[in-house]
Amino acid sequence: MIRWQLAYPETEIPLFGRPIGPDEYNAFVTMHGTIMVFFVAMPLLVAAMGNFLIPLMIGARDMAFPRLNMMSVWVLAVASLVLLASFFVEAGPAAAGWTGYPPLSARIEYTGVEYGLDLWILALALEFASFLMGGINFLVTPINLRTRGMSLFRLPLIVWMIMGASILFLLSVGPLIAGAVFLLLDRNLGTSFFLAEGGGDPLLWQHLFWFFGHPEVYVILLPAAGAMMEIISTFSRKTIFGYKSIIYAVMIAGVLSFLVWAHHQFISGLDPRLAMPFSITTILISVPFAFIIFSMLATMWGGSIWLTTPMWFAVGGLSVFIFGGVTGIFNGSAPVDIYIHDTYFVVAHFHSTLFSTVFLGGFAALYYWYPKMFGRMMNEFWGKVHFWGTYIFFLLVFVPMHLLGVGGMMRRIADPSKYEFVKELLPMNEFITVAAIGLLLIQAPFVFNFLGSMFVGKKASENPWDATTLEWTTPSPPPHGNWPGAIPAVHRPPYEYAVPGVSEEWLPQSRPEGAAS
Amino acid sequence: MFAWLPENVSTYGGDIDAIFKLIYYVVGVWFVATQVFLVYCLIRFRRRSGNQRSKYLPGNTASQAAWVLIPCALVLVLDLWIDFRGADVWAKVKLSRPTPNLIVRVTGKQFNWIVTYPGPDGKFGTADDKKIDNDLHVPVNQVVRVLLTGEDVIHSFYLPHLRLKQDVVPGREIPAWFEATKTGKYEIPCAELCGFGHSGMKGFLYVHSEADFKAWVRTQWPSAG
Repeated sequence: MIRWQLAYPETEIPLFGRPIGPDEYNAFVTMHGTIMVFFVAMPLLVAAMGNFLIPLMIGARDMAFPRLNMMSVWVLAVASLVLLASFFVEAGPAAAGWTGYPPLSARIEYTGVEYGLDLWILALALEFASFLMGGINFLVTPINLRTRGMSLFRLPLIVWMIMGASILFLLSVGPLIAGAVFLLLDRNLGTSFFLAEGGGDPLLWQHLFWFFGHPEVYVILLPAAGAMMEIISTFSRKTIFGYKSIIYAVMIAGVLSFLVWAHHQFISGLDPRLAMPFSITTILISVPFAFIIFSMLATMWGGSIWLTTPMWFAVGGLSVFIFGGVTGIFNGSAPVDIYIHDTYFVVAHFHSTLFSTVFLGGFAALYYWYPKMFGRMMNEFWGKVHFWGTYIFFLLVFVPMHLLGVGGMMRRIADPSKYEFVKELLPMNEFITVAAIGLLLIQAPFVFNFLGSMFVGKKASENPWDATTLEWTTPSPPPHGNWPGAIPAVHRPPYEYAVPGVSEEWLPQSRPEGAAS
Repeated sequence: MFAWLPENVSTYGGDIDAIFKLIYYVVGVWFVATQVFLVYCLIRFRRRSGNQRSKYLPGNTASQAAWVLIPCALVLVLDLWIDFRGADVWAKVKLSRPTPNLIVRVTGKQFNWIVTYPGPDGKFGTADDKKIDNDLHVPVNQVVRVLLTGEDVIHSFYLPHLRLKQDVVPGREIPAWFEATKTGKYEIPCAELCGFGHSGMKGFLYVHSEADFKAWVRTQWPSAG
């Protein structure tokens, strides 16, 4: 509906029955951002993958704190309900952007939104509480419950990535929770933390928000990147290139991510002398990520690449992530950002990085671990249709969207036809909207494949992909307690494919030394 | 790609566009190189038969690691090049304060740009101040300093054709400057979500020739002659 309004301003939207107004447009844009980041990406990538995979991969019966875990799930459910409820209260849901900048968000009269915005803050606060509980579990479990022989440097990379994401989240969320409380007080009790007329400062929120916001991006990105690493290694039939160095690169990127927040604020009224230091840290973050990307490419080099659906999604995700990575350099450069800040270039950039990881990486993970979860295989043919459709429509939507940004089109405008210089871009907006509808429709084969394969899919063996990590040593789906008998011990690093001097093509982590060949 | 940029009509816009192009070509080469490499791997190393065996390359020796570390070092050098070239442009646009020929105050208020001229005495807060909604008249080829203030929420003062954008924050007065190089009428949209009227909040910048600007001043302040 957002795209429809941009392509055909003020016209009736099919299936919705009427055009949307600018206040509704703002609300939709806000809720789209909030739901996607906090209520799709985080639960799917961090929570679902973390809870399912960590115990199976490290050789544990369950997470370290199962009750805390359950509480985290229910708090998340309440948070989702609160957010959904905000659609139905008088004056509608939050409409101040997913970043919720005050003073716009701090006074009812500025947006006309009443309780909707308070509910939005409440839902976010509950969501953070839920992930604090989950995050502690994701850290404590791999540290304390590893099976015999599973040293830290024998953990699969995805476990490292989820641990890294949890650390980033735990360290960055504190200031934002404080900010959220301030914002609630400003709205309801007349304080002025963010209101200049009462001695407050609107920029304070931006610092608190982005100090959290940039690490948050990596909270989403790292688990998906970890899934892509697992999959690329398995289907290239090759050990990961530079396993330890990747872990160090992620640590460097994690530390840097706390030092880049002001790149969202180059032109916010921040002292302009601060821009260049932040610009330099921002652009430098490309080095550890370049290292990870090059390591993935090196992992494929000389492999025996088995092109299954999960592999296509992982490789497609890598390809799009490179695209999103290079466009980030434009935004990170302070002078270029003067022009492209708050334009569609930024929108296109973060969709390229987040779509590639959250959706392409997330789909790769689903196709890959589906047999382990449900004991049946997904259909390969429809999987590939889904991949190529998603990949091509994605490019058709987001590559031209960069050009809109180059043309100067601002984000978050409900009616682009009101501006002369943006009006010229209308045909491009129409094209993107058609492509976006295509992107939505091509998800249908996935839905049918996902649901249908639970009943009619081919029965999956313990290890359908000939992979080496521990989760493939138990029946699919795993019984309660994860292994029917004793938990296997670990004898070697993960990813031992095509080891010289060994006749088997792959060596599971659990096989004892000398028992093979 | 660059054909999509709106025409540049400011003295520093060309410098910003030059950095844009520099980054475009640098990352363009990397992008094409990595994508070609990726596709090459997919074709060259795809599994053709069941017993095809891959190479064992853990990347833990110096000679293997060099394949990744040397490109990374190149990335680092290019990053710093982009940073240092960019720093000069940033300093020119945002740090330098050239002596202005005209000072105006622009106040963002839901959903208008209120333009205040100090009048012939050159001072704000005097009787000859003049407030105009959404129209900013300036002379061509002259440095204009804009003092940005906000009354309610955050707005963003955006001149796409002059490559200038600066957020407007309540409680602060933020100086910005530009020097237009071509006469004409240009839009001034608000680029920061500021409420239900955000879409459509815009003003116009009128860049006049020197004679036209003098004539416009005479119509506004006839007594000052």
